[in-house]
This record gives sequence, structure tokens and C-alpha cells, in this order.
Amino acid sequence: MIMNLLAQAGDGFLWLMGVIGLNADLMDRYGLRFLGGIWVTLQLVFLSVGIGAVLSLPLAIARIEGGKVARSVSFGYSYFFRGTPLLAQTFLIYYGAGQFREALTDIGLWWFFRDAFNCAVFTFTLNTAAYQCEILRGGIQSLPVGQTEGGKAMGLTRYQIYRTILLPQAYAVGLRPLGNELILMIKSSAIASVVTVYDLMGVTRLAFSRSYDMEVYLWAAALYLLMVEIVRRVWNLLERRLNRHQLLSR
Amino acid sequence: MLDLLRLLSFGPNGWGDEIASGALLTVELALATLPFGFALGLAVALAKDSRSRALRAAADTFTTVFRGLPELLTLFIVYYGGQMLFSRIASHFVEGATIEVNQFLAGVAALGLVLAAFSSEVFLAALRAVPRGQKEAAAALGLSRFNAFRLVVFPQLWRVALPGLSNNWMVLMKDTSLVSVIAINDLMRQTAIAVGVTKQPFFFYLVACLIYLLFSIASSLVLTRAEKRANRGLTRAGGKA
Repeated sequence: MIMNLLAQAGDGFLWLMGVIGLNADLMDRYGLRFLGGIWVTLQLVFLSVGIGAVLSLPLAIARIEGGKVARSVSFGYSYFFRGTPLLAQTFLIYYGAGQFREALTDIGLWWFFRDAFNCAVFTFTLNTAAYQCEILRGGIQSLPVGQTEGGKAMGLTRYQIYRTILLPQAYAVGLRPLGNELILMIKSSAIASVVTVYDLMGVTRLAFSRSYDMEVYLWAAALYLLMVEIVRRVWNLLERRLNRHQLLSR
Repeated sequence: MLDLLRLLSFGPNGWGDEIASGALLTVELALATLPFGFALGLAVALAKDSRSRALRAAADTFTTVFRGLPELLTLFIVYYGGQMLFSRIASHFVEGATIEVNQFLAGVAALGLVLAAFSSEVFLAALRAVPRGQKEAAAALGLSRFNAFRLVVFPQLWRVALPGLSNNWMVLMKDTSLVSVIAINDLMRQTAIAVGVTKQPFFFYLVACLIYLLFSIASSLVLTRAEKRANRGLTRAGGKA
């Protein structure tokens, strides 16, 4: 029953696409693969941005609070990952892991690096963590010293000052750049297709290599624009909600 | 370790010269894209600021599309799309003619479109930072609209735009690595070739990363000086008068 409905909806969609001048046959053949590709892209993006967000917090704090060693490690890390192309980083990790296969097998990590998808998530996570670290650091350092001093005067511990005073404000400042980073990651995730991951871009390249129909690139373009636009709108709503105290004072 | 370094030597046994030629091509590509991208970006910014609604809408669409698409996709669309478009045009004149689009030009065009989309936002913000009175004064002096832009608005716009444009340049530099996918012998592709032969991916890709890093460091040194120069004669609150 449900399958039937879905099939009919699919037929209706294809008919509509045919009416507006797109190649319905081609879409019939590759449409589901494209949906699968979007799913892989979303997984890539949300996994890496999510884990990257978790990593970026200690990195940013090490940069501000840490001693000489911690500070320079955090600085070097984010300088490297922000100063080199994501494509090169992806190759470094994907092909580099292949070279250290035996060592990785010995420590029981080869199963992870064997898979191109995992390598892509791993690279993207390291990359976005570097960018998010800078956003967060900028957010924290944009706050007046009085915020920390006020916390100290109230007898809060360093941890409490961060958790209750500094970080909420830093994330409010960094909300917009973090949204931009999410959008950048959606776009950058297309790089995964170069190391054999069948994300939206990968599926598109596959469909093009078989059909030689430029139209598939236009579908991909429309789908990427759609994803970016959705994130942009959601982020606008989020910002209006979370930063409403600032909107009032303006 | 010494064996690895020997792989980087110049000459028939090492990959140093191949990688250096790739690095050179990367720089050439980025430098060739720069004027095209910035000129188009400035034009788009002016269109966004214009009184014509159609022009504004066209400029906004341009920015939305090329800022939203993955750079890789833009590159494929320009490269394959250009190939098909030109071949179709050519086959009108000569039966069955096909045209190979030069990869370098396709790379410049695709990266230039992306650069234009991003830099137009920077230019627009800078354009709006120049006070209205400047334009009005230029008009009062009897300057034509073109001369008012060239002599009065543009030099001031430049100063405000420079930090944003520096950022655009850094991103462009990294984006050039994508052209290796359409078989341009840039740094990334030469590295891949070296890896294919020597089976030392980690080492060679690390070297490639370090070369890109070097480019970033060199650019930021130059750009900091340029910013200093653009800001000469400007006094800020809190600074030395």
C-alpha cells in the first residue's frame, strides 16, 4: 500500500520533471542513487562538523589558557589545517593510511582507514575542527575582561566561568561564522567523491560518465543549492531565536 | 629518511623538478585567476548597488549560485559544459567538429567565477563604506560618473576591501588544488604522479601540503605589507596620531 503510493508519487514526480523539460528517463534510472548520494553527503557533513565541534572546544581553550606547549600545538594544528587544501589533506590521510597498512593493522585501526568514507570523515573532522577552533577562540577573546573578573569576584571556579559565562557568549558571537562553516563543509564534502566515496558529487560523476548528459550536473547543482539554502534559512531562524536579546537592544 | 629526501632531488632520479614545475603552475593559475575574478567581482558588486532592479536581481542570483555550489561542481560544469557548448557551436560550421577546451582556461574560468562571487560581497561592503558625500563632492566637481568612481571612490574602497580580498586570495590558492581533477599538471597532480611511481603517498602529500603552507605564509607576509601601505595616512582612535 505505502510502496504503491510511493511508486505513484515517484511516477508523478518524473512526469512533472519531463514536463518542465528535464530528462525523465535519466532521472528514472539515477534518481534513487541521487537520493542515496544526498544521504551520504549529509552523513559526511554532520558527522564531521559534529565531531569537529567537540574537538574544537579543547583546542580553543588550549590556545587561550594553555601553557607555551599547549598554545603552540593548538596554533600549529589550526595553521596547518587552515593553510593547506582539503584535497591535499584528504589524499594525505587516505593514501597515506594505505602506506601504513601494517602498522595500522597492528594497532587494530586498519578496518577504520580501509574505508574511504571513514577517511573522508576523519579528514573533514580534523579540518573543520581547526576552523571552528578559530571561530570559538575569536568569540571568547572578543569578550571584555570584565566578564572573567566578574566571575572571579563571584567566587566561581575557572571551569564555572567558562561554562556559565564565557562559552554561552562566545557561541552567540560565533553563531553566524559557525553557520558559514557548516555551509562550507557541505560544499567541501564534494571532495570526498575524488577518493571514491559515492556522495552526491560521486553519484553525479558516475551518472555523467555513463550517460554523457550534462543535465546530471545541473541536478547536482540544484540539490547542493537547496541544501545550502535550507541551512541558511534554518540558521537565520536559529540566530533570531538564540540572539534575540541582542536584536532587542539594536 | 635520507632515501625519502633523495626522492625530492632535481634531475632524472628525483621528483624535485616535477613538483617545482607543478608548484609554478599552481601559482600561475592563481595569479591568472586573480584579475579576472576581481574584475568580475567588482562589476557584480556595482550591479548589486545599481538602481536597476533587473541588474540587482541578476547579480544576486550570480552570487547565490556560485557561492552555494561546491567548487568542484563549478569546475566540472565549466569544463564539460564548455566543451559541449563549444563543440555544438563548432558543429554548426563544420560537420562533426569537436573542440577541446583548454584545461587551464577552464580552471581559470571556474575559479574566477567562484572568486567573483565571494569578492563581490567584499567589494559591496567596501563600496557602502565610502560615504555618500564623497560621490556627491565628485559630482559637484564636475567629474563624470566613471571618473568619480575611478579617482574618488575606488582608491578609498581598496583600503576597506583589502583584508576581505586577502582572505579571498588565500581561499583561491587552496581551491586551485581542485583543478588537478581535470588533469592540469599543477602541484597536486604532479604529486599524485610521483606517488604513483614511488609508492610514498604520505611523504609526498605531506611535501605538497607544506608547499601550499609556504604559499600561504608568503602571501600573508606580502598582504600584511599591502594592508599597511593601503592604510598609510589613516589615523585611528587609539593609534598614534
